[in-house]
Amino acid sequence: MRRGLLTMMGVGLLALAVASVAAAQQEVPTDDQVNAIAKQLYCPVCENVPLDVCPTQACQQWRDTIREKLGAGWTEAQIQQYFVDQYGARVLATPPATGLNWLVYLLPPLAFAGGAYLLLRAVRAWRSPGTASAPPVSPAASDDLYVEQLERELRERT
Amino acid sequence: MVEKPPDPAEAEQPAARPRRWGVILVWALLLGLLAVLGLGLVRTQQGPVGIGATVPDFSLTTFAGETVDIRDLRGQVVVVNFWASWCKPCEQEAAELEQAYQLYKDQGVAFLGVDYVDTDREAMAYLEKFGITYPNGPDLGTRISQAFRIRGVPETYLIGPDGRLVVIKIGPYQSLDEIVRQIETARAAGSAGG
Repeated sequence: MRRGLLTMMGVGLLALAVASVAAAQQEVPTDDQVNAIAKQLYCPVCENVPLDVCPTQACQQWRDTIREKLGAGWTEAQIQQYFVDQYGARVLATPPATGLNWLVYLLPPLAFAGGAYLLLRAVRAWRSPGTASAPPVSPAASDDLYVEQLERELRERT
Repeated sequence: MVEKPPDPAEAEQPAARPRRWGVILVWALLLGLLAVLGLGLVRTQQGPVGIGATVPDFSLTTFAGETVDIRDLRGQVVVVNFWASWCKPCEQEAAELEQAYQLYKDQGVAFLGVDYVDTDREAMAYLEKFGITYPNGPDLGTRISQAFRIRGVPETYLIGPDGRLVVIKIGPYQSLDEIVRQIETARAAGSAGG
């Protein structure tokens, strides 16, 4: 009876130890986890350098903050929102689709569609040279026809 | 009776009209885009707020949780110092700024420290390291630094009692004397302005 109780306590303690080790391992995020979020952020001090590869002390501090928040169980979205609240939306690699930012999302597809339309028209014109690509009738040519008809009619009258 | 052949230009007119509108639309879009880009470029190229200009209104929530509104400080000279814990040149002037604050805190001169793009823990450690006691807080959303159009840290702006900018200091102060001289300049400008 006593031995059974001791065994149960031992197993319980072992389970607790394993669980606490697992929890401790979970609390220390890896560099990859930190960088997965960091590469979506840009520090305003180091323009055009993503946070995951930026070597400055400011960016190192930001990465430490990400690690800290991940360790505290924050989600990726929560961490991104924290950085936006602290430093503004310009820290995001992908700007939110609001205000003038819409241009970033609208212009490239519009330009692509416009280019495709122009290309299609050009291809059509090349394929049917008799219509679109035929040189326009010059005023001189049309005058010639007119003069020719006039002379013919004059000849017929005389 | 001779009939003149139809003018090709006249024949093409109805078809050309939609095309012309399309060209106008494309040009309008392009010009609009260029205008937006140009405005953005002008904004990024603008320097700090000019001397003599009224400084933008802002409020700073300090690390202690208090909110300081610049409008409540009208009538005083205000020293606004932008800094960061990762900024080595900021360390050169940190102690001197605190000394200046101790000299002037009862003489109608307010000090505000604006912590630029920083992390709270390191910022608090910095304040403790240099024994800084005047109000300091993070520049949330970088709104204050954008309003002043700062180029980096440290930068210090001295605002006269009338809310106009009197002195700009780019880079760190070299000595307490330099800070004192600039504060006196701001006070004198305030007196001269009435």
